[in-house]
Amino acid sequence: MITLAQMTGSTPKRVLPGFGLSLGISLTFVSLVLLLPMTSLVGQLSGLSLAEYWAIITEGRVVASYVVTVGAAAVAALVNAAFGLLMAWVLVRYEFPGKRLLDALMDLPFALPTAVAGITLATLYSSNGWMGQLLAPTGLQVAYTWVGIALAMAFTSIPFVVRTVQPILEDMPVQVDEAALTLGASDGTAFRRVILPHLWPALVTGTGLAFVRSLGEFGAIIFIAGNTPYETEITSLMIFVKLQEYDYVGASAIASVVLATSLVLLLAINLWQGRFIKRLHGGKG
Amino acid sequence: MHRIGDAPKVRRALVSAAVILSALFLLLPLVAIFAQAFSAGADVFWRNITQPDTLSAIGLTLFITVLTIPVNLVFGVALAWLVTRFRFPGRRLLQTLIDIPFAVSPVVAGLVYLLLYGRNGWIGGWLDTHDIQLMFAWPGILMVTIFVTCPFVARELIPLMQAQGSRDEEAAVTLGASGWTLFRRVTLPNIRWALLYGVILTNARAVGEFGAVSVVSGAIRGQTNTLPLHVELLYQDYNTVGAFASASLLALIALLTLATKAGLEWRAARREA
Repeated sequence: MITLAQMTGSTPKRVLPGFGLSLGISLTFVSLVLLLPMTSLVGQLSGLSLAEYWAIITEGRVVASYVVTVGAAAVAALVNAAFGLLMAWVLVRYEFPGKRLLDALMDLPFALPTAVAGITLATLYSSNGWMGQLLAPTGLQVAYTWVGIALAMAFTSIPFVVRTVQPILEDMPVQVDEAALTLGASDGTAFRRVILPHLWPALVTGTGLAFVRSLGEFGAIIFIAGNTPYETEITSLMIFVKLQEYDYVGASAIASVVLATSLVLLLAINLWQGRFIKRLHGGKG
Repeated sequence: MHRIGDAPKVRRALVSAAVILSALFLLLPLVAIFAQAFSAGADVFWRNITQPDTLSAIGLTLFITVLTIPVNLVFGVALAWLVTRFRFPGRRLLQTLIDIPFAVSPVVAGLVYLLLYGRNGWIGGWLDTHDIQLMFAWPGILMVTIFVTCPFVARELIPLMQAQGSRDEEAAVTLGASGWTLFRRVTLPNIRWALLYGVILTNARAVGEFGAVSVVSGAIRGQTNTLPLHVELLYQDYNTVGAFASASLLALIALLTLATKAGLEWRAARREA
């Protein structure tokens, strides 16, 4: 059938109102709030030669901060992968008193301001804090070491793994369990061979997001880190230090490394997620 | 029927592990905030909260939040309406762009604003000659707060509006409803809870933002000190009890956020059942 639009050669009129208005508001906002400020970073760096840029971002103290940040973030993400998997499993599969409260508690790190998390962890794990006293006999010092940095990163990124794995586990049909167990697999084998492969994409996505978040975290870390040059300085702090010295170019150079890293990682996570969704929907998604 | 991990021994072990670890890593810090805040008694707590510097920090934080919410509400609704009700080139790109604030470290966010609007910046230089100061003043704090919180409302609305589709709205248009009536009478009732949760998340983040704000604020006591910056200042001054008194107010807002979320989820589950 030939529509009126095809006959007259015009595109069909949009049925719903507000296209122009919502487009105008969205584009103005995105340009002014999100894109324009980003261009200032490019402007600041355009004055640098490649050699100068390279010298700033590979200076010893800065490189040490990359090692601390990436190392602690990796540990934090792996800890959260294990903890998040456990929490998602327990919250989906079992009924027990206080379950709803436990579920709500998982979101605390996103709701609690990072500076509050920072001073609280620093106080708890300092040598005369509750946890610090408890850990003292073991010789494990958390506050003002990289362990404290990893702890603060792990705390602020707890919800990522739990909240990505939870819905996938909820949607898993009972028959999967039954089939595996009927075929004679033990619980451990069935979990490893049947459940885990199914959760794997969500687990990797959640862990990846936790890692990216940990790389950029600032407020929760600086109070517990001790901030000793070459040892417990994170990269976000290096930007801050450069700014306090009014070295805007140096701050911009380091910021560009941080920004590029997180954008590339997020892109990789999105691609990984996209591939997985396609596979699930038989290549149609 | 038997399911994996159903054995009582396994179940007991896993639930205990989950509860103990959560108590240690999540509940204990929460308890510690209030324990520290009240460690010198309720009188001292009250005196800490009602100090002029603390009161002005609370005032500035509320002021910034009250301005941030409507801006991001309008943007979030407009963007969600645009990407879920119309198809146009660049639609996917627009949806990706609003995630920038989640990808950018808060310190970097503060930095790019400082570069642009600071005295040596592109726009800042011009502003300076006209005696307008945005950085190290409240407008700078407002701008970075809007930046870091702008995805929340849109992120809550988009999946919901996509799932609901536009049949109701198209019917209303056919029946002759005008744009505003359509939004108020058809769309808004369908999205109000997601909208509320988006606002709650915006509020929680706006009140608590630290990294971005600390770059652009200058933290001048009584002038550009927000509540989280005030917490830092007191803590660095070794006034731990005072720092935790202010921190406990922020923790209270966090608890209200969690309670609202739990309440909305409970409501949704009851409607499904």
